[in-house]
Amino acid sequence: MALSLEEVRRIAALARLRLSPEEERTFAEQLSAILAHVEQLRELDVSAVEPMTHALAAGEAPVLRADERQPSLRPDEALANAPAREGTFFEVPRIIE
Amino acid sequence: MTRTPSDLTALSLREAGAGIASRAVSSRELVEASLARIAATDGKLGAFLAVAADRARAAATAADARAAKGDRRSEFDGVPVAVKDLFATKGLVTTAGSRILEGFVPPYDAAAVERLEAAGAVIVGKLNMDEFAMGSSNENSGYKPCANPWDLARTPGGSSGGSAASVAARQVHGSLGTDTGGSIRLPASFCGVVGVKPTYGRVSRWGVVAFASSLDQVGPLARTVEDAALLLGRIAGHDPRDLTSSTRPVEDYLASLEAGARGLRVGIPREWLRGGLDAGVEKIVRGALAAYERLGAKLVEISLPHSKYGIAAYYLIAPAEASSNLARYDGVRFGLRADAKGLREMYAETREKGFGAEPKRRIMLGTYALSSGYYDAYYLRAQKVRTLIRRDFDEAFRSCDVVAGPVAPTVAFQLGERTQDPLQMYLADVFTITCNLAALPGLSLPCGLHPESGMPVGLQLVGRPFDEATLLRAARALERETPPLPAPPLRAGGAR
Repeated sequence: MALSLEEVRRIAALARLRLSPEEERTFAEQLSAILAHVEQLRELDVSAVEPMTHALAAGEAPVLRADERQPSLRPDEALANAPAREGTFFEVPRIIE
Repeated sequence: MTRTPSDLTALSLREAGAGIASRAVSSRELVEASLARIAATDGKLGAFLAVAADRARAAATAADARAAKGDRRSEFDGVPVAVKDLFATKGLVTTAGSRILEGFVPPYDAAAVERLEAAGAVIVGKLNMDEFAMGSSNENSGYKPCANPWDLARTPGGSSGGSAASVAARQVHGSLGTDTGGSIRLPASFCGVVGVKPTYGRVSRWGVVAFASSLDQVGPLARTVEDAALLLGRIAGHDPRDLTSSTRPVEDYLASLEAGARGLRVGIPREWLRGGLDAGVEKIVRGALAAYERLGAKLVEISLPHSKYGIAAYYLIAPAEASSNLARYDGVRFGLRADAKGLREMYAETREKGFGAEPKRRIMLGTYALSSGYYDAYYLRAQKVRTLIRRDFDEAFRSCDVVAGPVAPTVAFQLGERTQDPLQMYLADVFTITCNLAALPGLSLPCGLHPESGMPVGLQLVGRPFDEATLLRAARALERETPPLPAPPLRAGGAR
């Protein structure tokens, strides 16, 4: 199935990606080709098949830890890579006009 | 006898470790030989994104002090290794091969890095890779391409291209990579080294930059099966910080390593030796299978009828998970931030500037597959096909102990050959991808040089869940029968 430019723009907006007009055209073409390839999954009757919702082997279960306080990063460690900060906060551009 | 640095870099991980234990060589000498080899070769190879010489020298000095006291931490205490730049390394820049993480210095080590260092391994640097581990040729690196040491005009494979190239080129004695759809096994095959993708849950993913969380797995690359077994034995095991990490005890992979292949049932999927396979690759793979028969293994024809749907299922599931995992790169807490007036503009501009084409393509694909109205048709259907692929293997393992076949349809392709056609690039993973979808352990073993191109060809082995021991034993049995590969020439055009 072919993706329209409009569809590409809609997806890019959902994914918070800005694309150049050239990227929009390239992606429309390439994503259409990939989607055409995955169409082959429709050959299969999967109506009675359970989806594989996790990758654990049979008999394995997720191991949850006890809900207890544990050591974590100190604020200065967590903030060390911040592009902008104010005190112990991450600073971001204005959200509300 | 005088010892030259090239003698030292040619040692296997185990040999180098034994040399330190017997005080025949010091860790410091090995690290200097490794750093000198990197300095001499990496300009044309491009395997490293960062070399951590001071940190490595300090670690070597500590390893030598332990050796002097007879207080060794492992068989490879003091031996130089390197890790893919996807692993967080405390105080050492970690980029995941992406410009969006340029200059990012993690405040902690990945679990696998912690374990390697706890065993005394000396990490000399961070290895080149496809951006966010997305790619099959290392050409999606946000920094520079990596070449294949057998022919510098060819790709080393990806995404762990630097991890394979550095081990093959004798820059380090072993490395760590990650494998989401073939990213350890494909470069291992292309570069002529051993690569192991363990069972999902065998090695902690904590501190590994996430790509597709239900498929990602950490594993070793090395020049011998024994070295790979040594590394895997140390990095495997439960880690409470990764809830998918298994509590099963780690087997002693060395205990059964030399047990041979007699009586082993080797399953040959009839779908894997059909059309589309390069004739020279097929010849070498069939030669390896014949060798198994000579060793007393029994070849069993099996069928994996849904493996042909692997690529299609993977390219819905992996991008869907990636689109979610990569949402965190928004310019707020770490990494690149573009200047913009409002928050939304800042997000979009940061992601436009920071991501290369492949992550963008996969974020788009994943967002689409998960978006309202398409979820059932794409993502859910792919998850159901994933069940069918897993069932194929369950059924196959009733009549065989390991599955064997090619790693890739071809040898390493030329740099630039597939960069314009993402779908062609994706097809390099056609034989490796089902192993990730089924969450099974897989291994790539060098088994010869291609008759025309002279490039290495790997045999792929896939095992039952958590049966890495059988996989390694089977690989070792064949390795003993296979003449070792010569050192790669590090020239464009290869050996001929």
